[in-house]
Amino acid sequence: MSSNSNLTSMRRIVEQLKFEANVERIKVSQAAAELQQYCLQNASKDALLVGVPTGSNPFRDPRSCALL
Amino acid sequence: MGEMDQMKKEAEGLKSQIEAARKAAADTTLADAASGVAPAPRVQLKTRKTLKGHLAKIYAMHWATDCRLMVSASQDGKLIIWDAFSGNKINAVPLKSSWVMTCAYAPSGNLVASGGLDNMCTVYNLKTPVVKTVKELDAHTGYLSCARFLSDTEILTASGDTTCALWDIETGKQKTVFLNHVGDCMCLALSPDMNMFISGACDSLAKLWDIRDGTCKQTFQGHTSDINAISFFPSGNAVVTGSDDCTCKMYDLRSDQEVISYQDAQLNSGVTSLALSVSGRLIFAGYDDFNCNIWDSLKGEKVGVLSGHDNRVSCTGVPQDGMCVCTGSWDSFLKIWN
Repeated sequence: MSSNSNLTSMRRIVEQLKFEANVERIKVSQAAAELQQYCLQNASKDALLVGVPTGSNPFRDPRSCALL
Repeated sequence: MGEMDQMKKEAEGLKSQIEAARKAAADTTLADAASGVAPAPRVQLKTRKTLKGHLAKIYAMHWATDCRLMVSASQDGKLIIWDAFSGNKINAVPLKSSWVMTCAYAPSGNLVASGGLDNMCTVYNLKTPVVKTVKELDAHTGYLSCARFLSDTEILTASGDTTCALWDIETGKQKTVFLNHVGDCMCLALSPDMNMFISGACDSLAKLWDIRDGTCKQTFQGHTSDINAISFFPSGNAVVTGSDDCTCKMYDLRSDQEVISYQDAQLNSGVTSLALSVSGRLIFAGYDDFNCNIWDSLKGEKVGVLSGHDNRVSCTGVPQDGMCVCTGSWDSFLKIWN
């Protein structure tokens, strides 16, 4: 019966909300500090941020050298 | 009061409780907290390679873990395996159904998968002399929007039937079905430690799931339209989403809420795809307006744009070593930038 399945759905929704309400939350200031720290600690390894030296760019076609 | 009314009241009460708890933890915003950080430099990337070969719109791409090979899927009915260093095609896999929406590369490099309006996820072995179909994973009752391998024996899928599923590739059966979304699931991303995954759906919610026990751990709201793209921040503690509402958002898992929104009054195209650079500082977001905008993840400012496609950017991907970013488009080309 559709009223039974609505009831079952509603029960599931309430159970899920109870579960999610119990999540422990840290302050955004702490979360933000850690996200920031991660970015800064790894910045030097981030080729898209700091650039790729021309000679060591695997996607760039090597230039031919002319020997004069 | 009938049980139904009682439960509705309980649900409303719980939602208010969650709202209040989130507010109590919101002692700042990410942008404010990062005000002391030097802005990211203006990012100007050049197209290093244009991969030509598909004959119709490209819908998806995925890097192999070797950071050199990648797979792309097009509605020309093919998966193409590319060597991104040379721009050469290594393999072209003909698909039974050309209505493909997703593709994935297994971490081992041995397998690839695809799926779409056929409602199935097909797994292929690239290492046999001729590419062979290993399994057709058939149980979803809606389109396959996204697939990601955990290993050669397990794969996660997201579907238009509103569920996600974990499959045993060898038996072809679903081990776990993740039920909770009330709209088509459009995207999924695996956590760096592979114990969790996050999904985005047309119900405008992102959900965090425990892969092993099948439960939905957290739900993130804020978007006002379909979430088309999702990715973990590299530390695993936050998630970035892209939506038809033209914004991207970052949600922190431990404070259980949105911490910043990436938007611009002049941007009124939906976000189709996104990828983060290895430090998490840069977000590459593909839009319906043919561009890929680059955002400073901490400050919420646009720091660059990748223009070059002649149609919608449908997919974006950064390889594990972060050496470049790949964009795929409805113009049938893929471009490698750095």
